[in-house]
Amino acid sequence: MLDGSAGSARDRFTGEFILEVDNVRKEFPGVVALDDVQLRIRPGSVHALMGENGAGKSTLMKIIAGIYSPDSGEVRFAGEKLSIKTPIDALNSGIAMIHQELNLMNTMNVAENVWIRREPKNAMGLIDHAQMRRQTQELFDELGISLDPTALVDDLTVAQKQMIEISKAVSYNSDVLIMDEPTSAITEKEVAQLFRIIRDLRAKGVGIVYITHKMDELFEIADELTVFRDGQYVGTVPSSDIDRDGVIKMMVGREITDMFPKVDCEIGEVALEVKGLSRGKEFQDVSFELRRGEILGLAGLVGSGRSEVAEAIFGVKPATSGEIIIDGTPATITEPAQAMSHGLAFLTEDRKESGCFLILDCLSNIQMALITREMTNKFGFVEQSRVNELVNDYVEKLRIKTPSLGEIVENLSGGNQQKLLIARWLLTNPKVLILDEPTRGIDVGAKSEIHRLITALAGQGVAILMISSEMPEVLGMSDRIMVMREGRVGGFLDRADADQVSVMQLAAN
Amino acid sequence: MATTDVNVADATPKSRKLPPEVNIFFVLIGIAVLFEVLGWIFQGQSFLGNFARLKIMILQVSVLGIISVGVTQIIITGGIDLSSGSLVAAVSMVSMSFAQTSEYGLDRVLYPALVDLPVIIPIIVGLVVGACAGFINGWLIAYTKIPPFIATLGMMVAARGFAKWYTQGKPISFPTDSFARIGEGMNPVIIFCIVAVIFHIAMKYTRYGKFTYALGANETAARVSGINVERQKVKIYVIAGTLSALAAIVVCSRGQTAQPGMGLMYELDAIAMAVIGGTSLAGGRGSIIGTAIGMVILGVILSGFTFLRLDAYYQEMMKGAIIVGAVIIDTYRQKKKV
Repeated sequence: MLDGSAGSARDRFTGEFILEVDNVRKEFPGVVALDDVQLRIRPGSVHALMGENGAGKSTLMKIIAGIYSPDSGEVRFAGEKLSIKTPIDALNSGIAMIHQELNLMNTMNVAENVWIRREPKNAMGLIDHAQMRRQTQELFDELGISLDPTALVDDLTVAQKQMIEISKAVSYNSDVLIMDEPTSAITEKEVAQLFRIIRDLRAKGVGIVYITHKMDELFEIADELTVFRDGQYVGTVPSSDIDRDGVIKMMVGREITDMFPKVDCEIGEVALEVKGLSRGKEFQDVSFELRRGEILGLAGLVGSGRSEVAEAIFGVKPATSGEIIIDGTPATITEPAQAMSHGLAFLTEDRKESGCFLILDCLSNIQMALITREMTNKFGFVEQSRVNELVNDYVEKLRIKTPSLGEIVENLSGGNQQKLLIARWLLTNPKVLILDEPTRGIDVGAKSEIHRLITALAGQGVAILMISSEMPEVLGMSDRIMVMREGRVGGFLDRADADQVSVMQLAAN
Repeated sequence: MATTDVNVADATPKSRKLPPEVNIFFVLIGIAVLFEVLGWIFQGQSFLGNFARLKIMILQVSVLGIISVGVTQIIITGGIDLSSGSLVAAVSMVSMSFAQTSEYGLDRVLYPALVDLPVIIPIIVGLVVGACAGFINGWLIAYTKIPPFIATLGMMVAARGFAKWYTQGKPISFPTDSFARIGEGMNPVIIFCIVAVIFHIAMKYTRYGKFTYALGANETAARVSGINVERQKVKIYVIAGTLSALAAIVVCSRGQTAQPGMGLMYELDAIAMAVIGGTSLAGGRGSIIGTAIGMVILGVILSGFTFLRLDAYYQEMMKGAIIVGAVIIDTYRQKKKV
């Protein structure tokens, strides 16, 4: 039923490490992405790979999976030198990978996605759909996933899609399973499920590489951890021998003591009021007030309608009913441009999909929102010298690291891209700033810089609505927390009363 | 602050890269030199040394270049325009029908009541027809969300039909002297240069240009940044339609006749120039300078083939191969970036 070759290597193999990376070096034009790094994975263990963005984790994984080839050094699998040219080679030799991004075919059903390229055939050589459904059901039963194998992938939530990716990778029955931030899009319930699956695989002798930014997960699931910094190997330690601060220290080469530098700001009048906002099944009857200088955290499980509410307020997908009141005056917002004219700004959830112009330069990216409203003369010419002054100012203030403003944004690290998007909005001088996952997928250093910035903005009287899936962030940054549950407001919590438990109680049924 | 010593690998300064236009320019020089060498080998004479030939060459392509300036902008948004060739026919017919002279007798003109009009009338009428067609393209693409390929394919067929219907297939000739003067001599080249300079400046220094690139790079992000994506698209297609109309006026003025079969395959030549000039069919990348160089490259190749006495059929086949080759290079360039 499964690939014949897979699963055999670890039965035969008796050495200490199933996967060994030795002195691997990889250069891209102008950047040394990996500088003589090493990584050793034991069979039957979970090995966390940590490091800030740009540390070289993804590059190494791409080398192991056959997407890049190393400039020097070697990768050994079950004691033998690995020569992998394509991802399919990797799968055939027993290495499966769950990528950070979803790679599913939305117009096909669940079973077809899981068994793609390995479809069971009948006597005629045609695809046996019944058998494929049965196989999928068996796989899901084994993994404890409740999903209909015949459901269309397009109709599923992001979390469900991620679970399909996970079961697909598991179905290869490989000896090494690489997971690149598998929990960034799934809810607590699925995380628990995933961890159960990981423990099962570990018991079966699979070597698991687990890339994550989340400390809690690290200590819950990993046996060992390796840290990279700026493309260099920092060290490997058993996770029982180190604590959270120790890991952070390894990652950044310094201690971060104040992750959440929240200071109390003076809270002023109501800047944004939302009354009975609804849109179809996505969210109903959402009402809240947001005051100047206040950070309102918006918590809730993925799929609870948080981002949808933000999109409605900003006019990306307008609400079908309800009122948006800005500075006491009702506003009609059906377009982002209208929201901007009312002093709103919106940092979207997905910086690649709806944030950055990846193939354009930094300057274009930063100035784009500003020049829709000002800094152009009556003939439409951009007053570039005035704009540049402002842009340079913010690049400096936000410590955006780029060789020049002409650099293509694709070449910046995630954290710098995110800061650049924040700069885009700050340039418009907003009264209300909506931040959707402001620190998702960026490294610890940039994260704390962004937190500091958010606090500083609140101090200047900006009203901030911050959506976040990271509990410590919501708890650490917010003056008040609004929790959403299945498209409705589950309740509000004051900073003093909020903790992990009280938020989860409102978020889950 | 504790965070100042973070060194992101990506922040390492990179060697200054030359603008892509420079590469394309070298390609142009390479091709020209190649024909020069082949010329001495096979024809025993210089290719570049013949000024008259170069003049004809540039005249041949500059009308297409005018169209390509608009098409380039459309391709930068990630769209495509297949209607420009048919629009040349439709606009030529309409424009010429308002530009006729009474000199050769009223029985030879389409609208006997509208003869000997000032030259500005047929120009304006032509440009308005082109702008309207562009508006329809843009409106369909922006508001009904149909793919640009389909919208402009529809316009391509419809405009050709309109051109035939307008006179039931008959050509229109006998323009006034002032109308005939528009496309005279080197005027097509001059008009192309003016158009290219205007839109080079627009694409580089105005909001319109910045928004156009933004649209092609990431439409969702453009919208969230407050750009009215729909209005911007309509603007771009209106401009492209108007430029096709301008090319039509130049062509029919120069030929002193308009007929429904004009402008055949012009759309493909215009697309080819843009693509050869480095405009990416995936959107977000490209420039008017690149297109201008692309135009000259296409001109050199076509005139070079004629110079080498290559069969016209061969020329078409080669042209097809060159277009595909340019797209392959573009695709390769994109891949390398990942």
